[in-house]
Amino acid sequence: MTGFLLNRAAQSIVSFWGAISIVFVIMHLSGDPTLLLVPEGATRADIEQLRHLLGFDRPLIVQYADYLFQLLRFDFGASLIQRVPVMDIILSRLPYTLWLGGCALALALLIGIPVGVLTGLFRGRLVDRICMPIVLIGQSMPTFWSGILLILLFAVELRWLPSSGAESSVSVIMPAVALGALSMATYARIARTGVIEELSKEYVRAVRAKGVSGIQVVLSHVLRNASIPIITVSALEIANLLAGAVIVETVFAWPGLGQLAVQSIASRDFLVVQGLVVLGAFTHIGLNFVADLLYGVVDPRISLSRRDT
Amino acid sequence: MTSLAGPTRRLPFGLSPIAAIAAFVLLVFVVMALLAPWLSPFDPARQTLLARLKPPGFTTVSGAVYWLGTDEVGRDLLSRVIYGARISLLVAVLSVAVSGTLGTCLGMIAGTYRGWVEIVIMRLVDIVLSIPAILLAIVTVAVLGPGLLNLVLVLGLTRWPRYTRVAYGQTLSVANLTYVTAARISGVRGPRLLLRHMLPNILAPMIVVATLEFGLMVLFEAGLSFLGLGIQPPTPSWGSILAVGRNYVGQAWWIATLPGFCLFGLVLSINLLGDFLRDRFDPRSQTSS
Repeated sequence: MTGFLLNRAAQSIVSFWGAISIVFVIMHLSGDPTLLLVPEGATRADIEQLRHLLGFDRPLIVQYADYLFQLLRFDFGASLIQRVPVMDIILSRLPYTLWLGGCALALALLIGIPVGVLTGLFRGRLVDRICMPIVLIGQSMPTFWSGILLILLFAVELRWLPSSGAESSVSVIMPAVALGALSMATYARIARTGVIEELSKEYVRAVRAKGVSGIQVVLSHVLRNASIPIITVSALEIANLLAGAVIVETVFAWPGLGQLAVQSIASRDFLVVQGLVVLGAFTHIGLNFVADLLYGVVDPRISLSRRDT
Repeated sequence: MTSLAGPTRRLPFGLSPIAAIAAFVLLVFVVMALLAPWLSPFDPARQTLLARLKPPGFTTVSGAVYWLGTDEVGRDLLSRVIYGARISLLVAVLSVAVSGTLGTCLGMIAGTYRGWVEIVIMRLVDIVLSIPAILLAIVTVAVLGPGLLNLVLVLGLTRWPRYTRVAYGQTLSVANLTYVTAARISGVRGPRLLLRHMLPNILAPMIVVATLEFGLMVLFEAGLSFLGLGIQPPTPSWGSILAVGRNYVGQAWWIATLPGFCLFGLVLSINLLGDFLRDRFDPRSQTSS
């Protein structure tokens, strides 16, 4: 187990190093990152001065080493536009995205999994036939469209909910629904497939033959085994939710990290954009690592079978 | 199974009824994109300042009808939606072609040559997949600048790892089959071995991945254009029309509804076709429908 974890930890570190290197390459793709940072209409002397100030006139390899060293200390530099450390800007927006993402995830889990389990247990029956098309529709709805439709219905027509911002406590409802819909559909599909697969296995028949009731088989055996793919997907889904927040937050003017990313691009605040991408990769890799840890807890077979590798 | 399936009339290509409808919807969008100049009643870029934010069915004094209404500068929404299909499909086709070719080649190379080539390519797959796709696309577009060509480049160069994973797995399973060994022994090597002998045998799963990615590319183009990072005005894109619709949501409900519905219909029909193809080519995954 320890060997497996160390191996995964090492892989995660390599992935993170690779990811931040890609970000470094992208930032230098345009040739001169200074030009990305100056406001339009800056004089040549200004650009020259800024280039020197930021160290972009040094050899690339020195810049790269410096960049890695900075990131190791979680120092994303200071925003040139707001003149505040990038980390402070990100931290001030982070709670909004966590709250929105948390609500969306809760919605997705609390609705998606029961729907998936029910449709799996009653495959081909009425519940299944009604729910699965809805799930499929939920999966194909672009969030920026479903978001606007929600605004049209609940903010413009019915006037029940505010159309944008985060001032009121009910503001989070619409963005969370729009953001969570896709994950909800994914959970429903995965849970349904998991339940169907488990139900067809030998052990279910064996346990039933021993006289265990149907509900108990489902609760104590089928769900436990069917939860393995759900955990795998969860790491990915949380990452998807955070990425999806970029668009949903723009639709609802929700002041989180996603809106910050879009605003920073518009205001050419590239160090903030860079910080957000690095943070996104870090979260993504971290979540996958946690998912690996959880497999072992839920399914001891996995850690045993991988001990030697 | 088939005896219970009811009507015996066969659909072409063995399509299921749902897949047939999806294929038809997709065909409608393709025709719309190809014939855009003949189908649109107006020039999609022509602004009529006297006809701003008019609702669907608005008729001018001269008798011109705006079936879907107009946008904030008086452009005909129907024409913009028709031209939008063009952009949407064009970007998706091109970026799937770029990422699919790149990803499949890398996957086959990794699966055939093994050793350090395999390690480097497959680690690179993990690394690219570890950056959230939308963030990677956003940051690259932000650096390179928006526009159609850059959009295709960005999507093509960031979306290849899924193809690589599948092509790699498939190549490994094909590489030791007798016919490949036979080809090797008879002296076929390098690109010829990969393209002429192995590619045809791993093509089916690659097409399934490409179909599912195609739907995603449509969504990515619309999403990036919605954020103002994709197709630039005045070129009509469903995503940028939706962005206008969001801004005028209180005054003009029609601007966002129809382009969004088209986007939804296109993506849904692509996903349905993708599911159908996957079930067809990979019988193991049939339970997951």
